[in-house]
Amino acid sequence: MDFLRPATLTDALAAKAEHPDAVPVAGGTDVLVELNFDRRRPPALLDLTGVAELAEWAPDGDVLRIGAGVPYSRIIGELGSRLPGLALASRTVGSPQIRNRGTVGGNLGSASPAGDAHPPLLASDAVVEVASIRGARQIPITEFFTGVKRNALAPDELITAFRVAPADGPQQFAKVGTRNAMVIAVCSFAIALHPSRCAVGTGVGSAAPTPRRAPAAEEFLAGELPWGSRRRLSDAVTRRFGELVASAAAPIDDVRGTADYRRHALSVMARRTLTWVWQEHCEGGWPACA
Amino acid sequence: MSSPTRSPQDFATAISGGVGSSPQRPDGALKVTGEFAYSSDLWHEDMLWGATLRSPHPRARILGVDITEALGMPGVYAVLTHEDVPGRKFYGLEIVDQPVLAIDQVRYQGEAVAVVAADHPETARRAVAKIVVDYQVLQPVTDAWRAVFDPDCPAVHEAGNLVRHQPVRRGSADDPAVRARADVVVTGEYEVGMQDQAFLGTESGLAVPAEDGGVDLYVATQWLHVDQRQLAPCLGLPPAQVRLTLAGVGGAFGAREDLSMHVHACLLALRTGKPVKMVYSREESFFGHVHRHPARLRYEHGATRDGDLVYATAEVVLDGGAYASSTPAVVGVASSLGLGPYRIPHLAIDAYGAYTNNPPCGAMRGFGAVQACFAYESQMDKLAAALDMDPVDLRIRNAVSQGDVVATGQPIDMPMPMAEILRRVRAMPMPPDREAGSDVRTLPGGVANTTHGEGVVRGVGYGVGIKNICFSGGFDDYSTARVRLQVVGGEPSAVVHTAAAEVGQGLVTLKAQIARTELGIEKVTIQPADTTVGSAGSSSASRQSYMTGGAVKLACEAVREELFRLASRRLGREHDDLSLVGGKVVSRRHGVLAALVDVLGDEVIDQTREFRHRATEMLDPTRGQGSSHVQFAMCAHRAVVDVDVELGLVKVVELAAVQDVGKILNPQALEGQIHGGSAQGLGLAVMEEIQVADGKIRNPSFTDYLIPTILDMPPMRIEVLEHADPHAPYGLRGAGEPPTLSSTPAIVAAIRAATGLPLSRVPVRPEHITGT
Repeated sequence: MDFLRPATLTDALAAKAEHPDAVPVAGGTDVLVELNFDRRRPPALLDLTGVAELAEWAPDGDVLRIGAGVPYSRIIGELGSRLPGLALASRTVGSPQIRNRGTVGGNLGSASPAGDAHPPLLASDAVVEVASIRGARQIPITEFFTGVKRNALAPDELITAFRVAPADGPQQFAKVGTRNAMVIAVCSFAIALHPSRCAVGTGVGSAAPTPRRAPAAEEFLAGELPWGSRRRLSDAVTRRFGELVASAAAPIDDVRGTADYRRHALSVMARRTLTWVWQEHCEGGWPACA
Repeated sequence: MSSPTRSPQDFATAISGGVGSSPQRPDGALKVTGEFAYSSDLWHEDMLWGATLRSPHPRARILGVDITEALGMPGVYAVLTHEDVPGRKFYGLEIVDQPVLAIDQVRYQGEAVAVVAADHPETARRAVAKIVVDYQVLQPVTDAWRAVFDPDCPAVHEAGNLVRHQPVRRGSADDPAVRARADVVVTGEYEVGMQDQAFLGTESGLAVPAEDGGVDLYVATQWLHVDQRQLAPCLGLPPAQVRLTLAGVGGAFGAREDLSMHVHACLLALRTGKPVKMVYSREESFFGHVHRHPARLRYEHGATRDGDLVYATAEVVLDGGAYASSTPAVVGVASSLGLGPYRIPHLAIDAYGAYTNNPPCGAMRGFGAVQACFAYESQMDKLAAALDMDPVDLRIRNAVSQGDVVATGQPIDMPMPMAEILRRVRAMPMPPDREAGSDVRTLPGGVANTTHGEGVVRGVGYGVGIKNICFSGGFDDYSTARVRLQVVGGEPSAVVHTAAAEVGQGLVTLKAQIARTELGIEKVTIQPADTTVGSAGSSSASRQSYMTGGAVKLACEAVREELFRLASRRLGREHDDLSLVGGKVVSRRHGVLAALVDVLGDEVIDQTREFRHRATEMLDPTRGQGSSHVQFAMCAHRAVVDVDVELGLVKVVELAAVQDVGKILNPQALEGQIHGGSAQGLGLAVMEEIQVADGKIRNPSFTDYLIPTILDMPPMRIEVLEHADPHAPYGLRGAGEPPTLSSTPAIVAAIRAATGLPLSRVPVRPEHITGT
């Protein structure tokens, strides 16, 4: 197995073009586990930890541009107030050691349906920035996941960053696992309110072949929420929202849980997180739409 | 003027680090800093790496094995199948039924078929992949109940699927007149999933061929001599030519009682003439050792309206998987202790151990007693509910005590403070109520942020268990210790040598503590464990403090006697009141007589002793009566849990435990055992299970076989009692296993209290609580 360790993005893209079957490694928290379990023997590894520009983030106009190599621990520490949903999800990733190594870019590269970062990225309309020697392009997150552990990258492309607007409203994330820490999601859910445009974003994890949004639930809720008021939501609204989120899922029975349980848990998480974001909304501080 | 009322300690300062204290463990700092050498760290110049080809099928005929391509690969030194086993082709702890390498058939997924030695581990793995095995796949036998009771079930072994059936009968539990005396009857069916020991150091070791034609094996194990006894015949060597040395053990919990890579590494080393190292990967490890027997248990209890037990019956079916391992002993415990620490005038217990094509099961902390404890404690709660009685009161009312007999008719001739530990655990202060706005880490779901209090209901539950200590059923159980005392660098110094396996429990610390106390000296060196000294027996059955502790004490006493003879000779006068305190020979009547250094001079006192516990009996095969156990140990737990009843997630808020240990030898190590045992019981209660479908393991990884983290294991309140057992050294009671028994039923009882659900299976999964 070849081990490629470029020091610049230009070199990394050249290496990827030359070795399209090289597997990129960021934190190694997915790839090295696969190697250890002998599930994968790629002809080459492309270690991106030497590429400094991938580990940077900065505001870019109205959005934040966050390098693919920024680890979860920095997302929590440096971006927690601007991306609260992603930070909540990041806190549920592995152990402190894993959060120091693992990156959102790696999560996107693995494109596991259970990736913890995916639901909040879906809920807040993130855009994935990818590049190759042919140039760069931006892929909306809803078009990024193409199948179980498959994404929209061409063989010569690398994920360079993701772009996401700072929270313009309350965000929440919840994940069910059968242990109270260090656990892969049985299913997970993210919600983001966008009061300035009277919109709702959602993300459903580990309950379909790919992470996905729940569009019918979003539409229902955007129409039902009394945006301008501080009214408590009716049980009928939260319950219906939960049902619509659950019906957006297409889960399976597996070693981590049953399909029925996943649907049930999604509806509970959707109800609860909705209650939390709405309460936060009512407590004020976020701009409202007309 | 001396006074006979004074104690020797009045004359000299006692040394520190003796029995009852918590000296720092010699391996502690190394383990914490990552410098400790485990068996997987072994290295030898010019060594080869071994790898194992395992069956992908739980049951298949082997029509052919083609090793040609594997053998032809550059870097490959040997490819061995059963045809290359020079001696006996089978081994086994209690029944010799497991092939060294599969012969014509495989009986479980993961069974070793061939082994390879190569100059690089990757080469060895690739060579394994080149071996072609022609399997005729057969339908596996996967239902233990069917394996035992259905005459049409295919036989896993020629002699049939029953490994052992042990009935236990007292009184007449099936007499209608007896049953009529019961005002209330509760029945229950329970299930215990397959738990794994989940040690962190996978199976590993290094076999080095010796010039005498023998082999030196450095390996992580629990009992060097039982390995030697099984290895030598397979290798076609006399035991003296198969020498074992204990390598660094990364956890055991029963999973290292059986052979794993030992025999394969030795075969490869002897064949190639080179040292061979083998290290299982984490995934391979799940196939490389036995697990805890899954069990199906059917119970019935009848009691008077006042809560006195009238009769009880129990049927326990234990799935032993493809090979016997310690299944017979597990059946022995599940039968003799199958109804727990209760006085029951009429009882009938039947425990069965089955062969199936599931993964082999054998020893794991608390074996046989853990499965039964979940069932009988669930029954006691059910009975209390039916009687509208407090569950702890019901237990106390029926608890055995010294002078009673257990189900096998064995008299309890040692303190048995069951009622007291139950009273004490109930009286412990409760943890505070949950506060609004609690940190999510204190709630069910933890950091995953699934609740801010919604759906969370608190429950409290109790459990108590009884476990036998040491080897039972007439086994000649002993341990050997050699103690050498001499002056080194002007200081009296002792060397303690045993073959007892330090598996993390702290025996290395304890042996030194005992030598310090018995010899009154500070400086004690523990020699590495190997087979050049006699057997110490197994580091299992909570027995090493008792047995190897007992052997070290006995050898020290022999050293002391010889020293006193020497002292009398040197002092020119007989003394019958001598003791050793703080490096001095002290007479009770005359005070300090001499320094140990001066008495010893150039002499080396070297004594080896075997320590045996009192003899036990086999259970009679029809009514299961007999004094089969050496000692009984007990622990009680109270669990306080918060359950998110909508999501089925559990947070154990607190575990309180009361345990009687006879005598505390090392407070810190004891606390560690109680914490660890309780955590392992917690794991079985809420998460730990090897999921097996059609004979295949579905979750052979720590990604999907979950063990408790620090956010799952709560703080504990612990109270330790010391009612001395007059038969045991220092009055001690084995302590490692009992906490594993009772924490599981206590936690499940607490979840039942929070949810109102019957919950008859462990581990309790979220969907059992949500009903989805």
